[in-house]
Amino acid sequence: MSVLVDQNTRVLFQGFTGREASFHAQASIDYGTKVVGGVTPGKGGLMHLGLPVFNTMADAVKHTGANASVIFVPPPYAADAIMEAVAAGVPLVVCITEGIPTEDMVQAREFMRGKPSRLIGPNCPGIISPGKCKIGIMPASIHKAGNVGVVSRSGTLTYEAVGQLTKLGIGQSTCIGIGGDPIIGTTFLDAIELFNADPDTHAIVMIGEIGGSAEETAAEYIQANVKKPVVGFIAGQTAPPGRRMGHAGAIISGGSGKAEDKMKAMKAAGITVCATPAEIGEKVKSRL
Amino acid sequence: MKIHEYQAKAILAKYGVPVPRGEVAFTVDEAEAAAKKIGGSVVVKAQIHAGGRGKGGGVKVAKDALEAAEIAKKMLGMRLVTHQTGPEGRIVQRLLVEETLPIARELYLGIVLDRAQGKPVFMASSAGGVDIEEVAAKSPESILKEALEPGYGLAPFQARSMAFGMGVESESASGAVAAMIGLAKAYDAIDASLAEINPFIVSEDGKVYALDAKFTLDDNALYRHKDLLDLRDLNEEDPLEVEASRFSLNYIKLDGDIACMVNGAGLAMATMDIVKYAGGSPANFLDVGGGANAEQIKNAFRILLSDAGVKAVLINIFGGILRCDVLATGVVNAARELNVKAPIVVRMEGTNVEKGQEILRTSGFNFTVADGMRDAAEKVVQAARGVKA
Repeated sequence: MSVLVDQNTRVLFQGFTGREASFHAQASIDYGTKVVGGVTPGKGGLMHLGLPVFNTMADAVKHTGANASVIFVPPPYAADAIMEAVAAGVPLVVCITEGIPTEDMVQAREFMRGKPSRLIGPNCPGIISPGKCKIGIMPASIHKAGNVGVVSRSGTLTYEAVGQLTKLGIGQSTCIGIGGDPIIGTTFLDAIELFNADPDTHAIVMIGEIGGSAEETAAEYIQANVKKPVVGFIAGQTAPPGRRMGHAGAIISGGSGKAEDKMKAMKAAGITVCATPAEIGEKVKSRL
Repeated sequence: MKIHEYQAKAILAKYGVPVPRGEVAFTVDEAEAAAKKIGGSVVVKAQIHAGGRGKGGGVKVAKDALEAAEIAKKMLGMRLVTHQTGPEGRIVQRLLVEETLPIARELYLGIVLDRAQGKPVFMASSAGGVDIEEVAAKSPESILKEALEPGYGLAPFQARSMAFGMGVESESASGAVAAMIGLAKAYDAIDASLAEINPFIVSEDGKVYALDAKFTLDDNALYRHKDLLDLRDLNEEDPLEVEASRFSLNYIKLDGDIACMVNGAGLAMATMDIVKYAGGSPANFLDVGGGANAEQIKNAFRILLSDAGVKAVLINIFGGILRCDVLATGVVNAARELNVKAPIVVRMEGTNVEKGQEILRTSGFNFTVADGMRDAAEKVVQAARGVKA
């Protein structure tokens, strides 16, 4: 099994006909993901990559029966794309776009309140259940089907961890990139709850970074509820305070969001915390 | 993006927040003229993007225009060091000359994003004039908070609750409430990511003023605020960081001697961490992004190497979309064109990694190919020491 996405997930691409979306849609199709079409306003009725293009998400969902969407829309229009997908009743919305204004995300999150859709991202690599479904920009070849759940705020650092696992022969149930922005849809806590409830996920890797306190919140939950082994890493141990380290969410401010405090909270919760990113694979192996 | 105090105050005034009468001055003459116009005693404040200016000698009171001119003469061009500037400090190039006000009470107002709630939160405290971090650590209960509901901003009842909660006298309450609502409106209108009025004062005659002001703007939203882009002061930024931003490279200068070039922010931070763990010291944070091309790699290289303190370079790329052979070709071309002398350790993983390593090996340059992040960090630390010896 896996969480959130599997062989039955039917995916729409928002911003379908753009260069990036086309490239990644093709890669998803090649991986075996059920891509059922996409939306580009004004191009409805055309075919792209052999699949139908629609003007609106409502139309697209009605005609394809999609149960997931992935957003490759430029930053000024991306929050609107999220709300369009949610309004169309798509259960899982994955937003890859980086650089969405925070105020737009405040509104999108408010719009989502009380509605059943789940958002992953924005500013994330997406989600993959190896061998079943790939929604996002991660390289397919480094993954292997198995029983470790991976959740991370970073893209390439997730690839690093997954690459190490696969080299050691350890497969993954699902890998979720939750995104590097201050306001995101799915948090560490949400992802860990899902992994905890999934009988085929035997261990969890959580890769955090400086900024905010989502790692601490997840650690509290893990201490109280999770019996499965959890291995963690926090990036940004040497980052200077007050500077935005690439990700909009990766900033130490007002004495909070420090790597040191996160690692302390995680250790106290019984999580195996890696001192360097090079040992994530080995530590998981030792805990399985 | 950060802006100066005088710029922040101009924005506040536009949204109905009372600020002291004042003018910006770039020269001694302008400072003197401003003081004359204001009349009486004035305060001269150095304009740099850092707090703690008073303790560093960047805020001085003058009894008249003549003294203001003398202070301006000393302050303009001075290197102002505060706890927020680092030991190198900042050169003062602008001053704010303002009227002095008789202060009865110093309060604190601020707005930050509450990530967990997913909305901005307004903070108010009766302990103004000191760092809010200090207040938060010592007496967190003295900080009053109200969430800003999307689309509504700060409601008058929320502002009243905080004003009375801080113990503002009845005669000053309506002024304080109007100023608080104005601050929330300004925060929303300019897409700020942080706003602070510290201190927010009640004067002896019961009026309220923003005595200091700070705004940080959301970089992601600047595309819809072309007018605010003019407020950027490049003198306040590191020249290499300014140069990097022209090529959409995410670069932050640090004070070590090992230059790092990495794709992805998380991996870039983790690379700095492992360099430090191996006993080295990173010279920078650099994220070249997921879709870097040969031109960007070249510019990244040029910027890294123009930092005179660099003794060795570590390239750590996990190639997904960015193929390793393309990266290797870009690196070799850049090394050739820029005549790179520093030793370079390359760690590549992902698509076409063998091809990429072959290109590096046969290039004739001093590349060391590493296997994994730990090996890469150890090799680059050795390389940096080798140059020192």
